Amino acid sequence: MTELARTRPERFFSERFNVTPSLMERLLGANLAGRADDADVYLEYRVNEELLLEEGTVKKASRHVSQGAGVRAQSGARTGYAHTDDLSVSNLEEAARQARAIADRASVSAVVGVGARGRPHDLYPLDESPVVTDLTRKVELLRSVDAATQAADPRVRQVIASLTSEEVVMLIATVSGWTVGDIRPLTRLNVTAIAEENGKREIGTYGGGGRVPFTFFLEEGRWRRFAGEAARQATLKLGAVDAPAGTMTVVLGPGWPGILLHEAVGHGLEGDFNRKGVSAFAGRMGQRVASELVTVIDDGTMPSRRGSLNVDDEGTPTGRTVLIDRGVLCGYMQDRLNARLMGMAPTGNGRRESYAYPPMPRMTNTFMLAGQDDPEEIIRSVDRGLYAVAFGGGQVDITSGKFVFSASEAYLIEGGRVTAPVKGATLIGNGPDALTRVTRVGADLKLDEGIGTCGKDGQSVPVGVGLPTIRIDAMTVGGTAV
Amino acid sequence: MKPRASLSTDLLLSVLERAKARGATAADGFLVEEREFTATVRLGEVETVTHARDQRLALRVFVGRAQAAASTSDLSRGSLERVVDEASALAKLTGEDPHAGLPDPAELVDRVPDLDLEDAGAHEIAPEQKIAVARTAESSALESDARITNSEGAEYGDRHARYAYATSGGFLRAYATSSFSVSVSPVASRNGEMQRDSWYSMVRKRARLEDPAAVGRTAAARALRRLGARKVRTVEVPVIFDPDTAASLVRAIAGAASGPSLYRRASFLLDHLGRRIASPSVTIVDDGLIPGALGSRPFDGEGLAVARTHLVRDGVLQSYLLDTYSARKLGLVSTHHAARDGSGVGVSTTNLMLLAGSTSPGDLIASVANGLYVTELIGFGINGVTGDYSRGAAGMWIENGELAYPVEEVTVAGNLLEMFAAIEGIGDDLVLRDRTSSPTLLVGRMVVAGN
Repeated sequence: MTELARTRPERFFSERFNVTPSLMERLLGANLAGRADDADVYLEYRVNEELLLEEGTVKKASRHVSQGAGVRAQSGARTGYAHTDDLSVSNLEEAARQARAIADRASVSAVVGVGARGRPHDLYPLDESPVVTDLTRKVELLRSVDAATQAADPRVRQVIASLTSEEVVMLIATVSGWTVGDIRPLTRLNVTAIAEENGKREIGTYGGGGRVPFTFFLEEGRWRRFAGEAARQATLKLGAVDAPAGTMTVVLGPGWPGILLHEAVGHGLEGDFNRKGVSAFAGRMGQRVASELVTVIDDGTMPSRRGSLNVDDEGTPTGRTVLIDRGVLCGYMQDRLNARLMGMAPTGNGRRESYAYPPMPRMTNTFMLAGQDDPEEIIRSVDRGLYAVAFGGGQVDITSGKFVFSASEAYLIEGGRVTAPVKGATLIGNGPDALTRVTRVGADLKLDEGIGTCGKDGQSVPVGVGLPTIRIDAMTVGGTAV
Repeated sequence: MKPRASLSTDLLLSVLERAKARGATAADGFLVEEREFTATVRLGEVETVTHARDQRLALRVFVGRAQAAASTSDLSRGSLERVVDEASALAKLTGEDPHAGLPDPAELVDRVPDLDLEDAGAHEIAPEQKIAVARTAESSALESDARITNSEGAEYGDRHARYAYATSGGFLRAYATSSFSVSVSPVASRNGEMQRDSWYSMVRKRARLEDPAAVGRTAAARALRRLGARKVRTVEVPVIFDPDTAASLVRAIAGAASGPSLYRRASFLLDHLGRRIASPSVTIVDDGLIPGALGSRPFDGEGLAVARTHLVRDGVLQSYLLDTYSARKLGLVSTHHAARDGSGVGVSTTNLMLLAGSTSPGDLIASVANGLYVTELIGFGINGVTGDYSRGAAGMWIENGELAYPVEEVTVAGNLLEMFAAIEGIGDDLVLRDRTSSPTLLVGRMVVAGN
């Protein structure tokens, strides 16, 4: 892999698999051009490594390699897609024939010449890719994390620390006659603590990462902070009271609670759902969907972030898309297909889990711009309510607009003060109006630590979220205390 | 793409040989080769057709009591050699673990039972015929009612897979499976309100696929009954889970009973073996030997024979779900529930079911004066360590024993142990239509949060 990180994707696929630019030209030209509105060949090579430490020793160490090609032809709203993990010429040609079967235009063979196109950004230049870093340094880090988590509190009984590192080399050639490639590092450190006291057990999880080198975890006391947070969350929850049930004022802390945006508005503003008219936001462009304090942005160009990409998985440069501007819906996230069919421009949001899937519109890093309010003052402004600072996952029903996200660390607010920690509870709301009830927006915008994975139609991709402290005046909290 | 003449079992064996040559004391490998086809149709037009052929070899290597895993989709000689070398190098890095190792060879499955999981050649029909299945399902949904105004589409899929498992001790067994599915997601609308729902059929024999027109009609009826949904006020009431949502509760019990969560002390069922964990009317079984069923397998991920396991009998936790490693950690024996996952071996269920009761779902609903009938759950609000439960729900409100009106944007919350203890009624409507199944369940009291 060492040579990999320094080579260009074009050269990598040509040298390693003998998939040369002229072969890609032939695949596109002889098989696809003239028959389709759009067509491309996507090549991918992925190395993934996972180390897991529990009970003080490395229990799992694994390394996975996958490679493959996806060939796509589009005609109108139709997509033919074929993928194979065998990069031989005959297999690629067979994949191209299968993909084009859907594009039944007059069959005129055409010549396509593909020229290399430079990457528009260089958002994650690394001296050393995380998959290359020496394993003994990684094991040493996991041991330190384990010891720090155990030492944080005598009630911590079990610690699971894991480190995953990945590198993806991709190259896409399109029928429009250009190729673009990218090399994408990704790493994540995760800490889980199980705490016990008087027969009660609780779990705390914390972590982070991004398109960063291994040394990221050693900087700014990060790994130590992750360890401390996991232990703190687990022990805090040992003393949690039942969460309240019903509709109340909710204050969300900064950072990862931005998952609210991902579920409440993000998915509903993906181009495919809106082209099909099945999103609760369909046809609402230009309308007010949030309070005027709310501006929501999806930005794939933030350096080193987990959700960032130099180019998306269709080769389109990523960008910064304003989704909601001071409460007014003003943008969708698009891939090439949906942009073409809706008469809009692609926004660099065409993403796929791997070569085994065709791309679709997906989020990158989705966050709300900071406001003016002092976070402490936002809490003081609430007489009775819930203050939620950490969350597990969320989900949305695109069509009805109903979304949930589950708090893993939350507190009661009583008389303007944060009081007792409460057990985990799911919060539920309606996407098109949840953000209209945002009455305060803090000045403390924070992005998450780099832990998010988004699932859609069975495809998982890494994403980021961000949020300042906000106050939502009415939201339903799914606790058990009536 | 050209089908291979035979499964590359010789590759698997040569990989294990090389692992031993590289210093491994033992190794096992799992090979999967699959071919997949999917077609989606939306508003009568073909939207996406996907052809795929994939293969993956997963290897586990033991050096004494240390282990590591590696996998690759590149089965070329050079790549396989790299995989072996990397796994061997990783194993030297991991810690000695007295419980690590392969199962006792004497316990490996002797004769592989024929579970009728393959429908050889049934996926060879023309793509047009496959697309027609999806088209029929969707048009049936669209035509069933004027309020079905849109669709997220219908999908037909088939998959043919071959699996082989081998150990460095010379064990080698293989089997093949097929699956066929059709699903459709229609959208109902009225006065600006939109509701989507879906229905599906998934089987191992193409001929047993549910009539696509019937799948479409069911999906449409499910979307239509959600129109006019409202929120209700926060209240503690009886909650009835329909078979699909009830199955998710059964899955949560299985998750807590699985070996890895137990030895990590991350389960609310820790130290509960032999104890009552549910109402005496609850019996949960995992049966991997049902012919032609979706969850069946002739042996587990470590080559051990699959059986019928009573997880819960008459409300008492009878067994955990264990692979060899987690069993040794807990001082128990494997229940033969090992499953290969990306990074080695984990635990999974086969055909998991809560056995049927004797009450019809209609009678269960009729027994509730005021409560919620749940047809959909969303979100991830289950704490596997404590059993605390809080999820988003949609369904119908029950008034005086009848389904009165649709409900949405509410949560249902409780604790799984308390919920299973409070099961007051079990439907007679168990149907094995997926890997986990349940009849309708009536839980005596839960908190429904709304206005």
